[in-house]
Amino acid sequence: MTLRLDMPEENLASILGKAFGNRSFLAGFAITALVAAVALVSFLWTPYDVTRLVIADKTQAPSLAHWFGTDHFGRDILSMIMVGARNSIAVALVAVGIGVGIGVPLGAFAAARGGLVDEALMRLNDLVFAFPALLSAIMITAIFGPGAVNAIIAIGIFNIPVFARVARAGALAIWQREFILAARAAGKGKTLITLEHVLPNIVTLLLVQGTIQFALGILAEAGLSYVGLGTQPPMPSWGRMLFDAQTRMVVAPWMAIFPGMAIVITVLGLNLLGDGIADILDPRSRRRR
Amino acid sequence: MSLLEIESLSLTIGDTPILRNIELSVAPGEVMGLVGESGSGKSITALTVMQLLPYAARTTGRVAFDGIDILAASEDQMCALRGDDIGMVFQEPMTALNPVKTIGEQVAEGIRWHTGASRADAEERARKMLDRVGLPAAQFPLSRYPHELSGGQRQRVVIAIACALKPKLLIADEPTTALDVVLQAQILDLLRDLVAENRMGLLLISHDLAVVTEMADRITILRHGEVMEAGDTARTLSEQLHPYTRQLAQASMHVPARARTHEVGQGQPLLRVDSVTRDYPGRRTSLFKRSAPTRAVDNVSFSMTSGQSVALVGRSGCGKSTLARMILALDGPTSGTIRFRGQEITGKSEADLKSARRDMQVVFQDPYGSFDPRQKVERLVAEPLHVLEKKPDGAERREMVANALHEVGLSPRDMDKYPHEFSGGQRQRLSIARAIITRPKLVVADEPVSALDVSIRAQILDLFAELNQKLGIAYLFITHDLIVARAISDEVMVMHDGRIVERGKTSEVLDHPQSEAARALVGAAPDLHRAIARRLREQG
Repeated sequence: MTLRLDMPEENLASILGKAFGNRSFLAGFAITALVAAVALVSFLWTPYDVTRLVIADKTQAPSLAHWFGTDHFGRDILSMIMVGARNSIAVALVAVGIGVGIGVPLGAFAAARGGLVDEALMRLNDLVFAFPALLSAIMITAIFGPGAVNAIIAIGIFNIPVFARVARAGALAIWQREFILAARAAGKGKTLITLEHVLPNIVTLLLVQGTIQFALGILAEAGLSYVGLGTQPPMPSWGRMLFDAQTRMVVAPWMAIFPGMAIVITVLGLNLLGDGIADILDPRSRRRR
Repeated sequence: MSLLEIESLSLTIGDTPILRNIELSVAPGEVMGLVGESGSGKSITALTVMQLLPYAARTTGRVAFDGIDILAASEDQMCALRGDDIGMVFQEPMTALNPVKTIGEQVAEGIRWHTGASRADAEERARKMLDRVGLPAAQFPLSRYPHELSGGQRQRVVIAIACALKPKLLIADEPTTALDVVLQAQILDLLRDLVAENRMGLLLISHDLAVVTEMADRITILRHGEVMEAGDTARTLSEQLHPYTRQLAQASMHVPARARTHEVGQGQPLLRVDSVTRDYPGRRTSLFKRSAPTRAVDNVSFSMTSGQSVALVGRSGCGKSTLARMILALDGPTSGTIRFRGQEITGKSEADLKSARRDMQVVFQDPYGSFDPRQKVERLVAEPLHVLEKKPDGAERREMVANALHEVGLSPRDMDKYPHEFSGGQRQRLSIARAIITRPKLVVADEPVSALDVSIRAQILDLFAELNQKLGIAYLFITHDLIVARAISDEVMVMHDGRIVERGKTSEVLDHPQSEAARALVGAAPDLHRAIARRLREQG
């Protein structure tokens, strides 16, 4: 029997087509790209040098010369936001990466194995969870010295149990489904089933958690910088700028407003992007748009 | 005068017409059966009467309940009606109750809300109602939670809630579809008694013609949102004037043509189960203590030969599915051995099981849950190819999938679709395609047609029969539905409380059941012929 097999493969073009039809993806992508572009441009050019202090120009309101105003050392806020973008984003992204890279396999493994292994892994998780994150981050940076890299590691470690938990909870629900039983009846092992069936079905969950953790990462970096253990001066970071602004809210509100907006816009962009990607990856959402 | 009167009711959601010119009436003390396949608009009709429609729904026509114009009634008026004058029973007893409230609270809730009775009064009435539906105080105090009850008991609680205020009209939407036949018969008896006691009108919605025939005085048959035929139940179904009525009736009694049947004990056994027992550890009551283990399967032995079709029937919770899982080597027995093609499969590693897995496949009940929603049909159907010695390359794989799809009556073009793009019946075909792609010797099918409409069910049964003839596949059908067992199997095994209590030729066991469990199953099974005959006899 011969059957004609002339069906189009779903290729990159059709996925791109889907992406361009998805408003939340487009908006998220535009915002995220803008933020990334700003961070990249800051390597080459900023309106002012962020390491030079011009005390004469301190706490100036936004003007044509300084669009976003200046801080209490007379530095240009716009330039600081541009440079800060790369610090804040790098710290948050890598920290989320560490959390996903270690936490998700751990959670998926615990869900697949079950029993004692699961129990042991999850109690270990609880142990890490139980430490106040900021306090332990202070401990880690106190031992290994302050700086952006150590801040990344410290924040990353606390992302691990978060992702492990989310991945495990999601995976456990998927393991109960009948199609997993069908895959087992087809002779597939737990690793293969995890890769083929479980992970693709919890991607949405992880993306949502990822965007939340990213926002928390920026804030955590801000917290560490505040106590002097994160990004070291004179390098600016958004969090540091916020905390510098805290005591000057009344006299120089722009010092808080602009870095705050930078954080809000970045997180919003990533959220939209995450939602968009989740939609695009979900075959069932196709007909809706 | 009619209690409920629906006149030329049409309903659209967006631009899609859902109902067209529905005419229906229910008199006090009358049972009206509303029959149709999925998507025919049965549930939407019920929701219209309750005014629980989605926001986008637009209705025209007239719905009058006890003199009140329902379509024009305000939300406040409807709130007063719902649960008081109109009660509703849903299909799924597992989700219709709130898991964090006791059954007493849930029954008393409506009584207090509608009558303003005090807590003590409401509880007393709730107690009486629970007694009435067969949940006596000694075993079922008001303080029980839903998870402590079985499916049938929960459905009794749902009925108690719906009937607590002696409604004039009860709407029951597939009230027994999620229950096994014995429970179904009990729940139907209960509903019949409640109707007689309170002169309540009952609108019984079901896809099962036999159930409706046993219950309903009059019947309305819906298809694609339109009334096909309506009238006296016995006359409508015995005359079968409308072609769709005939089609439905035939589909519900459909028996696939099978050229040859396989006799017992021919040749080498394909599958041999020897005194298999499976215990589940009891719940941990403290750090060191567990309650006694539950025995799901108790010392079961049987064998099957190649090409034979065996039905394993029993009530829900009797251990059928546990036994099936052990045969598929997805679960290990506590003791006993299972041999497949002469090789022992218990306690083997996944690698050693590969060759057995090639010859042994499975079809599940739920055509929605048994496919990974994120994969395309090609990968899903090709999944069992994983166990082949030599993995086929891309083109070979597509060819094999195309063949399998062709064999189950689907188009090879369907390969690039996702499972959600198929209907329930088509998905069950996909499930069968997946099961036969490795040319197995044995297919275990766990309630493969119980989630399907009757006409689709008939098609799927035909497909099973055809594949049995063509490919010589042996089947182990797990079902609580005796009509399915009769349609497709050579032999029947009756399981009860983890044991196999009766085994024999299908016709012998179903026509002359010996054991008590088998007699209960046969007695409770709804049968269209019998039901029509009885109705005609009653009417003289």
